Amino acid sequence: MSARARILDYALLAVGLLLAWAVLYRVAGPEALSPPLETFERVGSFLDSVSFWNHAEATGVAFAYGCVVALAGGMLVGFALGIHRFAGDVGEPILTSLYSIPKITLYPIILLIFGLGVSAKVAFGAIHGFFPVALFTIGAIKNTSPVLLKTVRVLRLKPVEAIRTVYLPAALPEIVTGLRIGFAATLLGTLIGELFASDRGIGFILARAMEAHKVTDIMALTLLLFAFAAGANALLMAVDHRIHRH
Amino acid sequence: MSRVRLWQFGLIAGAFLLLEILCRTQIINPFTMIPPTQMLVGLFEAAVNKPWFWPDVSYTLFNIAAAVAISIVGGFVIGLGLHAIPRLRCAIDPILTSYYAVPTFILYPLLIVFCGIGPLSLIVMGALFGIVAMVVATLAALDRIPRVMLKVAQVTRLDPMRATLLLKLPAAAPHLMSGLRLAVAYSIIGIIAGEFILSTAGIGRRVALSYNNFDNATMYGLLVLILGFAAGVNALLGAFEHALRRRWYHQS
Repeated sequence: MSARARILDYALLAVGLLLAWAVLYRVAGPEALSPPLETFERVGSFLDSVSFWNHAEATGVAFAYGCVVALAGGMLVGFALGIHRFAGDVGEPILTSLYSIPKITLYPIILLIFGLGVSAKVAFGAIHGFFPVALFTIGAIKNTSPVLLKTVRVLRLKPVEAIRTVYLPAALPEIVTGLRIGFAATLLGTLIGELFASDRGIGFILARAMEAHKVTDIMALTLLLFAFAAGANALLMAVDHRIHRH
Repeated sequence: MSRVRLWQFGLIAGAFLLLEILCRTQIINPFTMIPPTQMLVGLFEAAVNKPWFWPDVSYTLFNIAAAVAISIVGGFVIGLGLHAIPRLRCAIDPILTSYYAVPTFILYPLLIVFCGIGPLSLIVMGALFGIVAMVVATLAALDRIPRVMLKVAQVTRLDPMRATLLLKLPAAAPHLMSGLRLAVAYSIIGIIAGEFILSTAGIGRRVALSYNNFDNATMYGLLVLILGFAAGVNALLGAFEHALRRRWYHQS
């Protein structure tokens, strides 16, 4: 498909979504949805205001810390369990079942342990992102071709050397996929953390808009978050594609 | 018992024992966490003494079952449709890949306005959460059907309905299982989260209520129930997937 046809398709999709939105607004009324134009204006006024950027900064800081913890911790555990076969066999199913539990129910525990504030948000973001990163890393390392593993043994590489020169390059594509998913999960966790208990951040203004039932605010923030998440995702996807092709 | 199982059992038992000791010696503050044995006692007491327990559990289970059914059937049908129209799929792909990066349940308050506060909002929430995982898995699974099978469908002139039921569904089944697992997990998360945020009944609501009342025994008991349920369902589906895959590769 040519690039032109693709752009046309995206444009058609955007128009279709806007139309669906407008029709839905007609049906549901201003109680449930805000009209497109008003919402976009609200997005503009959010982006113009100082207080919005203060909240965005609070979210950004918590998200950045959460990412560092989740990605570094996940890769560390992933490498350890991926390289040490037996530990991996023991640990991977445990990680998988931990990954599948609804982490939102752990939120009260996180609050009790960390208290209200930035550390609870970071912890909540990190437990969302940690598991996918760890699981993808384990999977990636386990799939390293046996020839490479033999090379490691023949050359008697030290563990650090082996990771740097063999395991990491061999497993990089899948690890990047894991990082992408971990990134998204951490953002989700941070925002949920703010939604329930915090005094600053995008999640907080969203929760306030929910309580006051400011539909336009909710829709505008949803739109902004979606745009940010989709943009970051598209960027990481591009990196992902590049690495996978090499 | 194999060595791996033995180690897993030992690790989990060890973690519980450590937690028990840390809580009993009050190194962990009892307002923060209670010993695991007391969590189980709390769960047991809630199940026996609290009149809300069984109605709320069945409420949540029913909602989860409905959401899972909608996401699996709906996800498969939408996946089939998108697979048949590559152009639409290509255009919609960015939405599918970034869907789980957006906290979907910020839409929950809007849903309540639409569907009212009650089971319908929760079920729609759970289904919204689970359906996209199923769509993505269906697309991936259909991509993996060998070309030769599709040719068989053409040669034998199967109509689309039969081609789907007799050929595509079985051929894609092993790969669909991973989507099914995700859809179930996400639906559970969606329902419990919805109940946790705002609802009139359900286990998630009870967790939020007992958290607000500092009733740690009940809260941790319910958390144990939810986590055990999610892990159990996941393990069951995992074992099923494993068996299915083994049978599949055995045959072909």
